Amino acid sequence: MAAETQAATPAAKAGGPNHGLRIFLIWIVLALAADLVLWFVLGPHIPPGRLGSAAQGQQFDNNVMIAMSAPVLVLVLVYFTYAIVVWRRRPGDDADGPPLHGHSRIQALWITVTSVMVLSLAAFGTYELIVPYGAGGGEGPSPIWNPPGAELTAAAQQRPWAPGHVLVVQVIGQQWRFTYRYPGLGGFETTELVLPVNTMIQFDVTSIDVIHSFWAYQLGVKADANPGVDNVAYTKTQHLGRVTVRCAELCGLWHGAMFNYGKVVTVPQFQAWASSTSVALADVTKLLPPYSTTYDPTEIAHLGPVLQKLGLTGAGGGYYPPQDPSQP
Amino acid sequence: MSLPVRVGTLLVAFLAVVGGAIFVVIHYLLAGPPTVDFTSQAAPGQPVHIVLQEAPQTTVSDRPDWVSYFIQDPASHQWVHTTLFKVPAGSMIDVTVLGYDGCTPLRNPFWGKISGTVGNVEYVNGKPTQVLNSWGECSVAHTFSIPGIGLNVPIASPTTLAANNNLCGTSPCTSGPHTTVTFSFKAPATPGSYFWQCRIPCGLGFLDGFGGPMQTIGYMTGEMEVAG
Repeated sequence: MAAETQAATPAAKAGGPNHGLRIFLIWIVLALAADLVLWFVLGPHIPPGRLGSAAQGQQFDNNVMIAMSAPVLVLVLVYFTYAIVVWRRRPGDDADGPPLHGHSRIQALWITVTSVMVLSLAAFGTYELIVPYGAGGGEGPSPIWNPPGAELTAAAQQRPWAPGHVLVVQVIGQQWRFTYRYPGLGGFETTELVLPVNTMIQFDVTSIDVIHSFWAYQLGVKADANPGVDNVAYTKTQHLGRVTVRCAELCGLWHGAMFNYGKVVTVPQFQAWASSTSVALADVTKLLPPYSTTYDPTEIAHLGPVLQKLGLTGAGGGYYPPQDPSQP
Repeated sequence: MSLPVRVGTLLVAFLAVVGGAIFVVIHYLLAGPPTVDFTSQAAPGQPVHIVLQEAPQTTVSDRPDWVSYFIQDPASHQWVHTTLFKVPAGSMIDVTVLGYDGCTPLRNPFWGKISGTVGNVEYVNGKPTQVLNSWGECSVAHTFSIPGIGLNVPIASPTTLAANNNLCGTSPCTSGPHTTVTFSFKAPATPGSYFWQCRIPCGLGFLDGFGGPMQTIGYMTGEMEVAG
């Protein structure tokens, strides 16, 4: 019976086609074509774009992974298609297929190739995380990978900014709006996110109420905004354009509406904007608490005398201590 | 048990389940505060007048200890317990807020800055004001903020101890210490819904004051529907 089956199988016929070579040749052509199309045609349009260095790095990483995974997908599809076309059941062919046996060389090759791919991607991913200073992700209050000129203390961040230097932008999350404070430009706070082009940006992300997440999509920056935590993320602006900022952490009733648009402008435009905004907001800037990498709004140093004067506590005029009352 | 009894029992149980589901949908999912319509009152080219009040409690609701906004119906002049209102697109909106609640400091003093109004100014008891310092004095009770159009108006509070200790005790308030805040802004030309909120953590009884009325439409947040 086995001999009959073997004899009835086209592949087993002496002098029959070399299916493995056929599949390999079809695969290599299609895989190469797919990779070229994906890299050069689709690649430039892969999110999140190239507005910032972190975004460009993420786009490159996405394209590398696509280029590596596409041949695998093509191989599976080629094999399936080939099998369906070449080894399909013919009219009148009622014979069993040939028995299958293990093929140690193919197994070893498969394990080796897939292991190399996975391990190389792991190494690549690690390299891509380190080299672009965290790849746009929040590194926490003590970032490991810092660009030259990064300012990690409140005092350093308040040094006047000059073009060509790292620009510190403090992102303050609060229900349901991000505000942005520019410590190196007088410390004003605004709802507008405006950035100069070709500048390394240091986002110091925090919150003064619940947990938010600062996601500047086109810049490739995403950092959790936690109360009491300074979460640092870096990117370098590379082109002029608009930035969509969204909160990426469910933060209450209007979380879905917590978004705004920022923009990357030329350095002179940025300086003009900063100058005019600083003047326009001067009356409220002087009311802001001293610049700090985090804020604890439950402790307002100079609020005590006001409340004492009024005899107000708790809901009548002050903040609730963090432990009281508990959430029902 | 006979067949008719079993069928009857099954039918009753089925109807009970269906009735319960309908009750839940109608009572909890579809129920909500009414929308006060200002479009029918608006003459072409004329401003729309909206009168709000902030009350220290909501004795007309099942949450009597929650602070809440009320909107005055333009036709009946009755106070409506809601935070939903509808205005014509592109119209000028004149707002009067009667601030009956006591002071609480802003969590972020940045929101003491008036923005998005005509002239970036509000009038507190007739006095033009561009910024309120809630950390330096007892001056702000709540805010009326529509982030989608950049509107932020801190609502001034009674400033004295005597006033803060004698706030109106029944809502909607008709008497008691209060401030009158007025301002104007232009409604967006694009129809749609724009949420508005208070930025004072005024949810008494909730962690850091962020729950309850702060997160509930009909109390300290709502929507402005802009009709085309």
